[in-house]
Amino acid sequence: MIDLIKKDPDISHYKDIWVFVEQTDGKAEHVSFELLTKARELASQRNCHVAAVSVGESVSHLAEDVFKYGAEKFYIIEDEVLKDYRTEPYRDAVSELVVKYKPEIFLIGATTQGRDLSGTVATVLRTGLTADTTKQDIDPETGFLWMTRPTFGGSLMATIFCPKHRPQMSTVRPGVFKAIPLDTQTNGEIIKEKIDFSEEDIVKKILKKVISSEGNVNLGFFDVIVSGGKGIGNKENFNMLRELADLLGGTWAGSRKAVELGYIPQTRQVGQTGQTVHPKLYIACGISGAIQHLVGMQTSEIIIAINTDKDAPIFNVSTYCIVEDALKFVPKLIEQLKSMQSIRRAL
Amino acid sequence: MHALVFIKQVPDASQVRVNYETGTLIREGVPAILNPFEVHAVEEAVKIRQKFGGKVTILTMGPPQAADALKECLSRGADKGYLLSDRIFAGSDTLATSYALYEGAKKIIELEGEVDFFFAGKQAIDGDTAQTGPGIATRFNVPLVTYLIKLDEINLEEKYVIATRLTEFGQETLKVPIPVFFTVEESLNTLSHSPLPWLIKAAQSKIEILSGENVDLDKNQCGLKNSPTIVKKAFTPEKKQRGATLTGTFDEVVNQAAEKVAPFLNDAL
Repeated sequence: MIDLIKKDPDISHYKDIWVFVEQTDGKAEHVSFELLTKARELASQRNCHVAAVSVGESVSHLAEDVFKYGAEKFYIIEDEVLKDYRTEPYRDAVSELVVKYKPEIFLIGATTQGRDLSGTVATVLRTGLTADTTKQDIDPETGFLWMTRPTFGGSLMATIFCPKHRPQMSTVRPGVFKAIPLDTQTNGEIIKEKIDFSEEDIVKKILKKVISSEGNVNLGFFDVIVSGGKGIGNKENFNMLRELADLLGGTWAGSRKAVELGYIPQTRQVGQTGQTVHPKLYIACGISGAIQHLVGMQTSEIIIAINTDKDAPIFNVSTYCIVEDALKFVPKLIEQLKSMQSIRRAL
Repeated sequence: MHALVFIKQVPDASQVRVNYETGTLIREGVPAILNPFEVHAVEEAVKIRQKFGGKVTILTMGPPQAADALKECLSRGADKGYLLSDRIFAGSDTLATSYALYEGAKKIIELEGEVDFFFAGKQAIDGDTAQTGPGIATRFNVPLVTYLIKLDEINLEEKYVIATRLTEFGQETLKVPIPVFFTVEESLNTLSHSPLPWLIKAAQSKIEILSGENVDLDKNQCGLKNSPTIVKKAFTPEKKQRGATLTGTFDEVVNQAAEKVAPFLNDAL
């Protein structure tokens, strides 16, 4: 871990906005470009520059995209030790870059990796970190970054700032900001640094990686979630929800009730004790909407609920309410969507 | 084997209501509970002790009533509960909290011996930050395994564990030396019923209180005024209005619904 003595305590020396470019096997996460786009807007208010930072076995090929989305500089460390994400080597590599180049603001996607990394980096740097934000503003008077985030499962919003420590760090939810490339292609500068540790120094070894869409899945990664509850009746009936999810390029999930009844594994539970999701489209089928479920999905952009009970609480947070039996409705909807799909393909 | 579990007593977020007129949370009558993810952390630590022997110690920071959450851990089989409680810690953000718990844990190591396994929940259901566990692990400079879903193997002789965690795309299995810090998912285990002797023992046990004076503290890293992040304001989000009910014949409603979701149709062949 880095020696904090190296860190410059004078906050006036910290300048510019950095975005962490998360990559897996050399492929960048979309949220990184969303954050670069937002960083451009913040930089114009703050009158400063935007830079990107990435570490991995090979990341320099990301430069073209990174510059296209507005970074003027791209700080990178390439080393085989950094091939797969592991907390400790990534923490130390990223912290070294921050200590050396002193960004004023540092934004990271609130993904599984981003949340794992940011908590450790902020602790190494002894600075403030605001998790899972959905809104970022520059205070016109002080120039501080105002970071707004939901708490209590979305029941309350808090605006947080970090006046005396640098960088001002924040993880930002994927999908909150749009990724928009620059109109004109610009060339930036790549700045390469090295790490001073090797594989022997890293005690954690990855034995196996499983890409899975079945049981254990990070639901937060999907734009569309088709979710079922008690009203789905049995495990087999979830196949229709899977089919609908596939048609919409999304994934399937369920309520706590669906878990308790053995319809779905707990790893696919949405809600207070499961996963919190905020996709672009959430389709709730046969879910009544206990508050424990609502706190896990109520910030989704569009919510469509299908339930036989017109007074089901799920409808109170829904964009579109469908008072029908999901078991009858979903197969018809799938049929209709398939015919729309064939028409599209035929044209 | 010594496992140290960090827990938090939280208001049951599902029972917190919002007063939209005043823009505040209604906390009255809301029960304080043991953070649900940490129930599973305690369960796992106790399971390890049942297999290998040793002890499970619990640490929390909070007001005196947080002792109730510690008692619950004891009734679930933990051996001893420590409450770090002092006004000096009031208003701590995650950085100041991880500092206080780190110093508290160092005191526990002094009193109870070296720790093999540190546990915490993946996040607390009130703040949802998922920062305190990683912060403590970083301060101890022990390897961190977040989103733990399975402990595949524990080898105390050779001092390593094989552990599986959730990732963005599935899961990964890691070999990590002991000591190690886990933050856990609820799917890590299913809860067992506490045998009566544990319940009796818990009811009779005393919670150890650690104040700021008992712990070797740098007061300049504690509490509200030494926390880097400051809450500027809290407000209630715009109340969601019940949306449009799609009406018409069954087929008409199907068509309307199909139109609404059509933009998401997967066009990949």
